Amino acid sequence: MKTIVQFLIFPGFLFTAVVGLIASWIDRKVTARVQWRVGPPWYQPFVDMVKLLGKETIIPKGTSAVTFLTAPLVGLASVTLISMLLWLTLLNPGKGFIGDLIVVLYLSVIPAVSIIIGGFASRNPLASLGASREMKLVLGYELPFVLALLVPVIKAGGSIRLDEIVASQMATGATATSLSGVLALIVAIMCMQAKLTLVPFDLPEAETELMGGAYIEYSGPPLAVYKLTKHMFMFALPIFLVMTFMGGFGPSPISLILGLLKYVALLVIIVLIRNTNPRVRIDQAVRFFWGPMTLFAIVAVALAFLGW
Amino acid sequence: MKALLKSPWVFHLSTGSCNNCDIEILDCLTPRFDIERFGMLLVGSARHADVLLVTGIMTRQSAPAAKRVYEQMAKPCVVVAIGSCSLGQGIFKGSYNAPIPVDEVLPVDAYIPGCPPKPEAMIAGVVKLIQKLQGAK
Repeated sequence: MKTIVQFLIFPGFLFTAVVGLIASWIDRKVTARVQWRVGPPWYQPFVDMVKLLGKETIIPKGTSAVTFLTAPLVGLASVTLISMLLWLTLLNPGKGFIGDLIVVLYLSVIPAVSIIIGGFASRNPLASLGASREMKLVLGYELPFVLALLVPVIKAGGSIRLDEIVASQMATGATATSLSGVLALIVAIMCMQAKLTLVPFDLPEAETELMGGAYIEYSGPPLAVYKLTKHMFMFALPIFLVMTFMGGFGPSPISLILGLLKYVALLVIIVLIRNTNPRVRIDQAVRFFWGPMTLFAIVAVALAFLGW
Repeated sequence: MKALLKSPWVFHLSTGSCNNCDIEILDCLTPRFDIERFGMLLVGSARHADVLLVTGIMTRQSAPAAKRVYEQMAKPCVVVAIGSCSLGQGIFKGSYNAPIPVDEVLPVDAYIPGCPPKPEAMIAGVVKLIQKLQGAK
């Protein structure tokens, strides 16, 4: 019973959805200010969600309705679970379990998988193209992301428990204060940009060439679920990086506010990267991740082993 | 419906226009006019849209396509005709290539005249449409 409440309300769905929507408003507002515009009012993402929930759901002819409609829910559930795991670890220090880092790592691939399933299920050539690009992007960014996450693990003395990683950073300083930590953080931010499918790695949805890509056939509530998943992920994933690289935070109010400031800083970095770069081609994206990013990550791991 | 008026996502359909109206529509997104203030976004897929902006004379070729695009949109949605051509076929009236005006193919909710209409005129037209819909609900 307690788990259900935790999943649906506090660190889970409701909390993450509200904060995620506010994060998406920050994203749109900062984008607008960078482009010298005024931007939408703060309640805009909420209005968008309500509107999409009130619209018609169209299921394209010849698709499997079950696959088409459940694909968005898979992503939503996994993002909710990530956020719940992270916040429960943050708010109750010492209550993690062995390997929760790896659980979060695996769960963070599932939103991409749900986009792939939904794209291929919608029986549209552009959606298939978007889904296949998403698949290549996953292949690209997973390798450097996992390598980059090895650095905080090594720094914490080989522990794969999130609470131990946070605790060791609180004792000896954040991972990102060392040379290897900085390198790994840069790699992780780039991978996060691709995981959130934001410009320059927004190839799966590429509005100008694929017209929405994998989402093209979705309308009304399923589209709202996809958008919500993306916004919630925009909250959960930076929190994960704050925990592993930037020292994390504890349940005390001051530490909580500091942690949220770290989160907002990371969010603004994401938004600025998104606004100052053009979209890359898929071959460029994969080459970027398998080339320089993997190299950086390997150097960072080597430096971490040497104690830098 | 009330939420729709606060976040109308726009899909832009050209049925044989000279591209002038289309450029003026894009002007609405520039810093000077910034329609995102009102929650309007230009979306790529007709499935996501709430407002269909039609420009052009509706040529013989594009009439069936325009009808299909309208049918693909998730309801409730509205249609706005932009520019002299889509209002009364403009200088192409009587052309062999444009047998029917836009509003005989699609249920048009608002007409915005001009060749091309200014972005101010478009915003004024959309505001009037929103007021009309608020009165109708």
